Amino acid sequence: MLKKLVLDGIDWVDARIPMTETWNKHLAQYPTPVNFNFWYFFGSLAMLVLVNQILTGIWLTMHYNPSAEGAFASIEYIMRDVPYGWLLRYMHSTGASAFFVVIYLHMFRGLIYGSYQKPRELIWVFGMLIFLVLMAEAFMGYLLPWGQMSFWGAQVIISLFGAIPIIGDDLTLWIRGDYVISGATLNRFFALHVIALPLALVGLVFLHIIALHEVGSNNPDGVEIKRKKGSVPEEEKSKFTFHKQYSEHKDIVDAIPFHPYFTVKDIMGVSFFLICFATVIFFMPEGGGYLLEAPNFEPANGLKTPDHIAPVWYYTPYYAILRAIPDKLLGVIFFGGSIAILFLLPWLDRCSVKSIRYRSWKHKLNITQFTICFIVLGVLGSLPVTPLLTTVAQVASVGYFGFFIALWVYSKNEKTKPLPTRLTH
Amino acid sequence: MKKLMIALVAVFSILPLFSFAAGGNVHLEKANYDLTDKASLQRGAKLFMNYCFACHSTGYQRYQRVATDLDIPEQLMKENLIFTESKIGELMFNSMDKKEAEKWFGSAPPDLTLEARLRGPDWIYTYLHSFYKDESRPFGVNNSVFPDVGMPHVLEELQGISIATFETTTDANGIEHTKVVALTSDESGEMSSDEYDEAVLDLVNFLVYAGEPNKLERQSLGIWVVAFLFVLFFVSYLLKKEYWRDIH
Repeated sequence: MLKKLVLDGIDWVDARIPMTETWNKHLAQYPTPVNFNFWYFFGSLAMLVLVNQILTGIWLTMHYNPSAEGAFASIEYIMRDVPYGWLLRYMHSTGASAFFVVIYLHMFRGLIYGSYQKPRELIWVFGMLIFLVLMAEAFMGYLLPWGQMSFWGAQVIISLFGAIPIIGDDLTLWIRGDYVISGATLNRFFALHVIALPLALVGLVFLHIIALHEVGSNNPDGVEIKRKKGSVPEEEKSKFTFHKQYSEHKDIVDAIPFHPYFTVKDIMGVSFFLICFATVIFFMPEGGGYLLEAPNFEPANGLKTPDHIAPVWYYTPYYAILRAIPDKLLGVIFFGGSIAILFLLPWLDRCSVKSIRYRSWKHKLNITQFTICFIVLGVLGSLPVTPLLTTVAQVASVGYFGFFIALWVYSKNEKTKPLPTRLTH
Repeated sequence: MKKLMIALVAVFSILPLFSFAAGGNVHLEKANYDLTDKASLQRGAKLFMNYCFACHSTGYQRYQRVATDLDIPEQLMKENLIFTESKIGELMFNSMDKKEAEKWFGSAPPDLTLEARLRGPDWIYTYLHSFYKDESRPFGVNNSVFPDVGMPHVLEELQGISIATFETTTDANGIEHTKVVALTSDESGEMSSDEYDEAVLDLVNFLVYAGEPNKLERQSLGIWVVAFLFVLFFVSYLLKKEYWRDIH
């Protein structure tokens, strides 16, 4: 009786919108490579953190006061007087850092397994746009508590736009809405942080996933699971039923449906992630001063500059590049360039083999040096400037940009290992 | 790939060490405060309201919350610890005029609700031990942790006043640096040195509490949350294993 009612209900909906069809196409009959490893948890985790940010953000917005006079006090009101407000706030502030941890690992996965390569260029570009919007989102969110580091961090970053010739000064004025960072800046950042950028973020995530499902997931071997129709003997084909959009024109090997196999696997990943996330929230919400910086426990004061202004850890690699270059305009160009060049990755890599497993020693070396340079830059960007550290930052900046140049050069005629015909697992 | 992950974990785990490089160069004494010690918190609140509050508000917390959290009966709080016209449910602001205060001290005394999160408990503990006699300053005292601070030594009647011993060194560029190397109390205060240490520790304890009144609740709730998540992880691991049995 109840079962019939549910089935009738599903039929009723299906006759009106393609609910079951969408479920099958994107989950229950979506072919997923069987050899996904540790690195493939971070996409679903990024979605989880996005949901966390949106939900906690909604509740924080209910109590937050977006004005220069009231912002700082309203945060403390949330921390003290709102029931479990402290939890919402720590979930949101820790979530911001968690978002970047997860996204950086997700990007690193794409980098080592060549997930950006043809035909997945657009997935990478959408992903980079997500990353860009996320940086803007986090930057604007960071101003909202209206602490000393909020204020001075925003001051430093916005002033960078002033280095642009001719329009620089007008541009900074336009961004701030005032001659200095003020309540006007706070209010517009609030509007962008809670409405404009989250909307853009959700839209881009949608496009990222649609683009992914159109061409299908890459995997640690970088070998396609969709083969030419009729090229695979019947016994080698995947025994599962996949949606006709994927199986009509292709033979599919070494694939399993996303649901239930990867939903249960991702639930496991989510549980593990939540253990780490909750540990930070409940036992070290300040993250040793890296997640919530000490100067931010003092209200913004335009007349008192903190001893040391450092951006939050997730911006420090680019900030270190900026500081490594003695000329302000050139610094800003390389600062922007360090992000922009990532967009070009699919076209800079001219090799047809995707995964690091089957690529040359040059590529392995190049990715290793890039990773080291990136982390070194990240550490340096959080430290005060000294002549020695500036030199180190310059060397690491060369390594950072050198990665892309070297990749473009050696990838044309790279000596790769033979690819397996089937996925290894 | 495992090696790479180990390397990444190693790099991230040494990152916090760099935070020391960015810190100040004053040696700070360790403040062994204990948030579970209600008696200490109560003494801290009493000291704070009597010696600090006239100049320093704690305007982000409420009297009532402090009374509840520290097990101070409301009536006792109202009669002995509220020195303004405030009602018990109100935020803890003193009645000092900011503009006037700027004239008296050079800058208005800051709100101290979040001081322990801003500067750290050790800093406050050391700071309150570091006043010394200096006739060149407006209030006749200086502080080795916060040089030329605009604040008088309000705890002088408890600690007495210290005499500083200086040491002058010349650096490589021939510039002379004078720093305080030792502070010796004249023992004119009501308290012995040990009693004063205890009193300051009580004050620090109260300020740590004020900085984050939910800290103990956060930690005790956290144990349950993390314990639950471990169970969830274990169950989800078994579930995954069960489902994936037909794949491998």
